[in-house]
Amino acid sequence: MIRGSVVVATDVCKGCELCIAACPQDTLALSPQINRRGYRYAVMVQDNCTGCINCALVCPDSAITVYRQPKVTKHALSPQAAAEKEN
Amino acid sequence: METRTINDIEMEVVYQKPETLTETQMHYCPGCGHGTIHKILMEVIDDMGIQDRTVGVAPVGCSVFAYNYMNIDMQEAAHGRAGAAATGVKRVLPDKYVFSYQGDGDLAAIGTGETIHTVNRGENILMLFINNAIYGMTGGQMAPTSILGQITSTTPFGRDAAAIGYPLKITELVAHLPGAYFVTRQSVHTAAAVRKLKKAIEMSFRYQDRKKGTCFIEIVSNCPSGWKMTPLQANEWLVKNMFPLYPIGDIKVPKEI
Ligand SMILES: Cc1ncc(C[n+]2csc(CCOP(=O)(O)OP(=O)(O)O)c2C)c(N)n1
Ligand code: SF4
Ligand code: SF4
Repeated sequence: MIRGSVVVATDVCKGCELCIAACPQDTLALSPQINRRGYRYAVMVQDNCTGCINCALVCPDSAITVYRQPKVTKHALSPQAAAEKEN
Repeated sequence: METRTINDIEMEVVYQKPETLTETQMHYCPGCGHGTIHKILMEVIDDMGIQDRTVGVAPVGCSVFAYNYMNIDMQEAAHGRAGAAATGVKRVLPDKYVFSYQGDGDLAAIGTGETIHTVNRGENILMLFINNAIYGMTGGQMAPTSILGQITSTTPFGRDAAAIGYPLKITELVAHLPGAYFVTRQSVHTAAAVRKLKKAIEMSFRYQDRKKGTCFIEIVSNCPSGWKMTPLQANEWLVKNMFPLYPIGDIKVPKEI
């Protein structure tokens, strides 16, 4: 499975929960803490993010940055084999 | 590309806030569609690399401060007059990509005349019409687009056709005008909907190069505060009550390629 992760700008988040509903993996939930403007903010509660960016697309406050593991091709060469091919 | 190590796994950024969207925190209520629409509009401008060639016209309504969030040249218009102001901008600067951004109270009530004549003249602009079926900024009064039975601060018993008439489907109305080149209705309530809207906005900017007429995109959006709902309830209400009257999809598409 491709691994992803999100970083929420907690001071920008308004706790609208749209990202939580948009996440197919149920990765997100509202924190018990509040930010400086009084909103509970979105946090990852499971480490199962796939980096699909759905949450970030629906966030009205553009509070979410999404990271993803680079895709590796099926027949990727081992570093050793790659070096041999170079030579 | 920016990378980051999370749990010992090297990861790269696959999504971040568009650069042309400013760092200014938005004043919109939690969950309001205006923020999502601003973001996706700025994303298109970033992708196309047209930040210095785009001029926006802001309305009166909740999005009156749109120019604080969009790092492009912008002009504020009097209530309802964004179509007229955008006409002026485009005619003086025909090489710029010009768009107007208006709510339903702005575009379909006080600005109905300007809207119809702007499209009828076939002005080469993109009109973005954010339909949240209510006057958000002023306290949730009925708009021409409010649906029958909808409870607003001025229709506490629900909108009644016998007393105040029917919802105005201005998008279908302007689609009949010969000046309309591309007319579509989209939404931002799901990630898939946001992706589709992005495509429609991009096509509209490309169509501007053809100089064939007005592109008009209605976005069925929400107003959680005005509707007195949570953002999630508001999006549910929108699907159930607005989509039957305002169905999503293209209404007029250009024939030639
Ligand atoms: C000439 C004039 N008339 C009335 C108003 C009051 N007013 C401000 S915003 C607004 C309606 C806004 O509704 P809409 O365009 O739907 O935008 P929203 O706030 O819902 O995004 C009205 C009637 C005004 N500012 N100027
Ligand atoms: S990127 Fe996708 S899987 Fe990851 S948290 Fe967001 S919505 Fe969920
Ligand atoms: S969609 Fe954005 S503002 Fe809303 S809860 Fe998620 S991160 Fe916060």
